[in-house]
Amino acid sequence: MHYMFLIYNCEDRPQHGDQRFEEILTRVNAFADECRRRGAFVAGDPLKPVSTATTVRVRDGKPVLTDGPFAETHEHLGGYYLLNCRDLDEALELAEMVPQAHYGATIEVRPVDHIPGLNHGVA
Amino acid sequence: MSDLASAAVEQVYRQHRTRMLAALVRALGDFELAEDALQEACSQALRKWPRSQVPDDPFAWLLTVARNHALDRLRHARMARAKLPAPPPETTVMSEKQLVDLGDERLSLIFTCCHPALAEDARSALTLQAVAGFTAAQIARTFLVAETALAQRLVRAKRKIRDAGITFEVPADHLLPERLRGVLGVLYLIFTRGYTVPDASLRQEALRLGKLVAALMPDEPEAHGLVALMLLHDSRSAARFTSDGELVLLDDQDRSLWNTGEIAEGMALLDRALRFGSPGPYVLHAVIAALHVQDPVDWSRVAALYAELLAVAPTPVVELNHAVAVAMVDGPEAGLALIDGIAGLDSYHLLHSARADLLRRLDRRPEAVAAYRLAHDLAVSPADRRFLAGRMRSLEAKCHNDSPGAENLR
Repeated sequence: MHYMFLIYNCEDRPQHGDQRFEEILTRVNAFADECRRRGAFVAGDPLKPVSTATTVRVRDGKPVLTDGPFAETHEHLGGYYLLNCRDLDEALELAEMVPQAHYGATIEVRPVDHIPGLNHGVA
Repeated sequence: MSDLASAAVEQVYRQHRTRMLAALVRALGDFELAEDALQEACSQALRKWPRSQVPDDPFAWLLTVARNHALDRLRHARMARAKLPAPPPETTVMSEKQLVDLGDERLSLIFTCCHPALAEDARSALTLQAVAGFTAAQIARTFLVAETALAQRLVRAKRKIRDAGITFEVPADHLLPERLRGVLGVLYLIFTRGYTVPDASLRQEALRLGKLVAALMPDEPEAHGLVALMLLHDSRSAARFTSDGELVLLDDQDRSLWNTGEIAEGMALLDRALRFGSPGPYVLHAVIAALHVQDPVDWSRVAALYAELLAVAPTPVVELNHAVAVAMVDGPEAGLALIDGIAGLDSYHLLHSARADLLRRLDRRPEAVAAYRLAHDLAVSPADRRFLAGRMRSLEAKCHNDSPGAENLR
């Protein structure tokens, strides 16, 4: 079963050259290796800061663009993993191991849905 | 013949409902589907058994009929959706033989109902419904919520189990200690819900489920500890209320009303749990409960055990109990200082009634009355409220020299 890990509240991640950058990079890579070892890794990426977001809505057939994220909350989506897990228990176990979670991020775990007839998707 | 058959259906259902439901949830991976299928199998049995005869193995008969009914429903649902290529449902559902040979899946059922990914209030409600066979109406009354709200909560939990990939299994070894703690927590919550009312049904159900878990997991001392704890609390239930439903504190209880059978059973279980060494929170709580049925209560041991509990499982309620025990040993001033250092229990009526009691013993009457009033206003159970109102009145009238609010807090 595929699970999407939505990683919130990790906006102030250290940048290349920062003191903790190497340490965190090592941990994040080790986490992906652990996922691969289990055959769970599908994808995972960080997102650029929320200041780069553009929100698109279509109203009366016309696109309405807004600068900024969809929801004005203080917890923003900062990255994701897409993992293939045996069950929710394995997903939650991996979520607990996500390095970002140990630096204050919140991980929302959502199962990927199956839709009959859908001609794409990992599930 | 017909009466005989319906009696047979009822008997199998009453005796094996939880096992059949557990097996069906395991086989079908869907709670609601399993429940509907079991209902359908029972109504088919009521129709068919009188005409033919009661099958040799009614348990297997009901399971097989339920499984096949569920399969039909799955097939229809898939056909109705579209002419889409979909795997035949048989590939995801157990065979009849596998299902009937499944064995006892009740433990899996309990672990699933108490899964930490479910909302906390849904866990106890689902456990009461699926494992204990309570109706939604009964559970709603227990939790003081509207039946529709409770029914929604149950449906949401069942769908999450199906859709989020919550497996129907006893968790893997490395997850077991934490998950078992969760299960025991749900059972104890059910028990304590039942502890504030004279009616015994919730307490008895929690005890029955606790014994089931302990029997199915004989090497888990905490499971035995929880059962011992519940037995030792339950043993005093006949003495905890007067015939008019008024609360009676430990010191004032008629000890001849205590259930000596339950005390002996609890003590024996506790001995067994203690033999495993390094006692966990429930075993420690049970040892404390065992000390409370001694006369006189050894308060310095109680205080020491609460201190031990604070080290392994610190909670504000344990802090409060520790403070009350310390007050019994070192005097009310020492207890009061500890109580006033507790954070996060401001709206807990027992904190204020314990404070009130210590203030009363220190002869700080106006403060004591104010604390009793606060406790009274925060208390939910009518018996607690009447008790606290009585305390308030007698203190206002004159300074009573009565015993402290022991046992410890209730």
